Amino acid sequence: MKFLLGALVLVGFAAAAPLFVHLEYFYFAGFVVLQFIVLATAWNILGGFAGYVNFGTGAFFAVGAYSAVALYKAVQLPLGLQILAGAAAAGLLGFLVGLLTLRLRGIFFSIATIAITIILETVVMNWHYVGGAKGLPILRPTEMPLYFTNYTQWLFLVMTIIAVLAVAMARYIQVGWIGRGLRAIRDNEGAAECSGVPTLKLKLAAASISGALMGAAGAPFAQYLSFIEPSSAFSLNYAVNALAMPIIGGTAHWIGPVLGAILLGTVQQVVTVTISSEMNVLVVGVMLVVFVVGAPEGILGLWKRYVLKKGTP
Amino acid sequence: MPHVAHPAFLVLGAYATYALVGLGMDPLLAGLLLMPVFFAFGIAVYQFYYLTFERRGTDLGVRGIAFFFGIAFIVQVGLILVFGVDQRMVEASYIGTSIEVFGDVRIPQRMIVAFGVALALTITLALYLSRTFTGRAIKAVAQDEGALRLMGADPVRIKRWAFGIATGTCALAGALLIIVGPVDPNLDRLYIGRTFCVVVLAGMGSMSGTLVAGLILGVAESLVLASVGTAWAPAVAFGILLAVLGVRPAGLFGR
Amino acid sequence: MSQPVDALLKIDNLSKHFGGFTALDQVSVNVGRGERFGLIGPNGSGKTTLINCISGALQNDQGSILFDGAEVSRMPAYKRTRLGIARSFQIPRPFGSMSVLENLIVPLEYVAHSGSLHLADTRGEAMEILKGMGLADKAETLASSLSQVELRKMELARAMAARPRLLISDEAMAGLSSNEVSEVLEILFKLNASGITIIMIEHIMQAVMKFSQRLLCLDAGRIICEGSPEAVVGNPDVQRAYLGA
Repeated sequence: MKFLLGALVLVGFAAAAPLFVHLEYFYFAGFVVLQFIVLATAWNILGGFAGYVNFGTGAFFAVGAYSAVALYKAVQLPLGLQILAGAAAAGLLGFLVGLLTLRLRGIFFSIATIAITIILETVVMNWHYVGGAKGLPILRPTEMPLYFTNYTQWLFLVMTIIAVLAVAMARYIQVGWIGRGLRAIRDNEGAAECSGVPTLKLKLAAASISGALMGAAGAPFAQYLSFIEPSSAFSLNYAVNALAMPIIGGTAHWIGPVLGAILLGTVQQVVTVTISSEMNVLVVGVMLVVFVVGAPEGILGLWKRYVLKKGTP
Repeated sequence: MPHVAHPAFLVLGAYATYALVGLGMDPLLAGLLLMPVFFAFGIAVYQFYYLTFERRGTDLGVRGIAFFFGIAFIVQVGLILVFGVDQRMVEASYIGTSIEVFGDVRIPQRMIVAFGVALALTITLALYLSRTFTGRAIKAVAQDEGALRLMGADPVRIKRWAFGIATGTCALAGALLIIVGPVDPNLDRLYIGRTFCVVVLAGMGSMSGTLVAGLILGVAESLVLASVGTAWAPAVAFGILLAVLGVRPAGLFGR
Repeated sequence: MSQPVDALLKIDNLSKHFGGFTALDQVSVNVGRGERFGLIGPNGSGKTTLINCISGALQNDQGSILFDGAEVSRMPAYKRTRLGIARSFQIPRPFGSMSVLENLIVPLEYVAHSGSLHLADTRGEAMEILKGMGLADKAETLASSLSQVELRKMELARAMAARPRLLISDEAMAGLSSNEVSEVLEILFKLNASGITIIMIEHIMQAVMKFSQRLLCLDAGRIICEGSPEAVVGNPDVQRAYLGA
């Protein structure tokens, strides 16, 4: 109930924001942070709950983005359907990669996700319909939806809705039997199977849902930039951030990736503006290693230990 | 051990060589001199990994992978910050000249040097792994730690040693890499594909298989390069990798 | 050889190879409904491979496994669990990030109530099972911080939560003190009395002799002897296998 209320307030705020926030940068930066909330949450469904590390967030994100672009260019598909199409394509990709490697040890799945990133990036580089390696400028629709006067503000609202849905889904999975099954897989796959958990099916479902959410996050990307090119859509930054944010926030709870995304996303916005973009990726890398070594349970673990004074020794 | 940072160490080796060549050293000599340094570095990395993860035995899966991924990332970005994203190459007497073999066929001398050294390195490693006690212990530790402990060897020490050797090898291999052609910091992602492709193709832990798998991959990449063009080359290693994972995860030479 | 008339588990001609190594060689055996069946043999004789094939952790290469009349040898492990085959592990495999109670809720959710979860009081049921095992006071403890004997008991409790008809106990007493061994033995007797068929793998001969109604001895993947515990232990082949003479 509280969660539903919070979600409604958030969407309401995003819908009403154009009335009182006029600073364009707010929407630009806010969009990026929201996008990372979706990616981190999506990553955590497979990585945090089930323990299978996806290095290829960029591939799923880009599949969403390019599916949307191709359909937009071909039939001027409206944004809502672009997002659904992007999610479907990336979800299918998650299912296929899972089918190929989720029977094997976890490291193989991780490597396969890197492989799929490089392969798809190469394919897109050579796919001239969507601009190939040079990229493709995107003309946003000239008619504004609803009462909006600025398309970026509209995209901000859309991304807020995607983020709320993603977090709601992660929360639903976490608290119920699906989440318990995934955690059983992470803790001990053999024992999970012998406790009646259909491990392969559950992993495939998690990989598909996780991939679909990443694709949904990627679908509005080209509209947001009015441009798309492979090296930014497939950027390694997505992979690193989607992995670092949940681990830094805490993988055990749905709020962890959200915290991590807000913290890291904001820090990066500040560092990129004030210092340099290389420095900002370095910050992510260093923070990842520091947290993995020093605070394995992430911010949530620190909170439990020092604020609530309980939890693991 | 989910060591996904290995290719990053390789690129690091190439850049370290580059830095030493800048001081007027021969690249091969630089690679050799760097080996003990990298060996020590590898030992240190493993020790750190052991103390923070293995000994605690906590959730190795995700955090172990994330740790090495983070290390690889830091190395890559660090190289970008220090050297920039541009390609770097080195100069030496045997770079840029070529030797004539039968008439029109010319082989660049740097390739011959690199090939010779790589072959020597591989054979040395293979002999080391099969002939010495430590070498055999390294192969055993991958299969059964308990049995190794019974033999009176300490698995942790063995793994630390293996990690050191693997990292030390990166120094010379990195030197070869930069002798053969220009390198840039983003190369390591490509080499993740190549490394794992070869290892998976060969079947984990098979040394002779590794050599054959390396050859297969090399030939396949050149064929694609020659027939379809450079644009598709990066996908080759990963394509083979995926195919092998899907069809025969134990590798071509595995049981 | 006395074979049970009403068999719950019928294994026929079962073989399993790893590369060139034959781990199980044409093993045939029946286990009767409600029986207490002991499985012994030296290390590496194929005991664990056999129960891995029964529970579905491994797939046999040849032969058939009939459980209550149904062929299960090509089923994934989770389906076999749902049919009623549960097991514990030689080295305990707790879900370490969960409480003891939650460890039991997993099979309760995925097996016992997989069709009608919303109606079930899984926590209450898990608590009942824990009480029966004497683990009730550990319900909220993190499974990874249990002692060895508690882990063994929790594994049995978790297996019970899957409501099995056949329980396979894989060295559930290894590493326990003699008091703890009798404690676990008592639990297994109690479970058997409630109608559950039990296959026990055990190295502690005293325990397996006391528990089993019938004993099977494997060596190098073959059955070398089967029958009453006294007869099997007195068999010269069995003695040779154990003493290595």
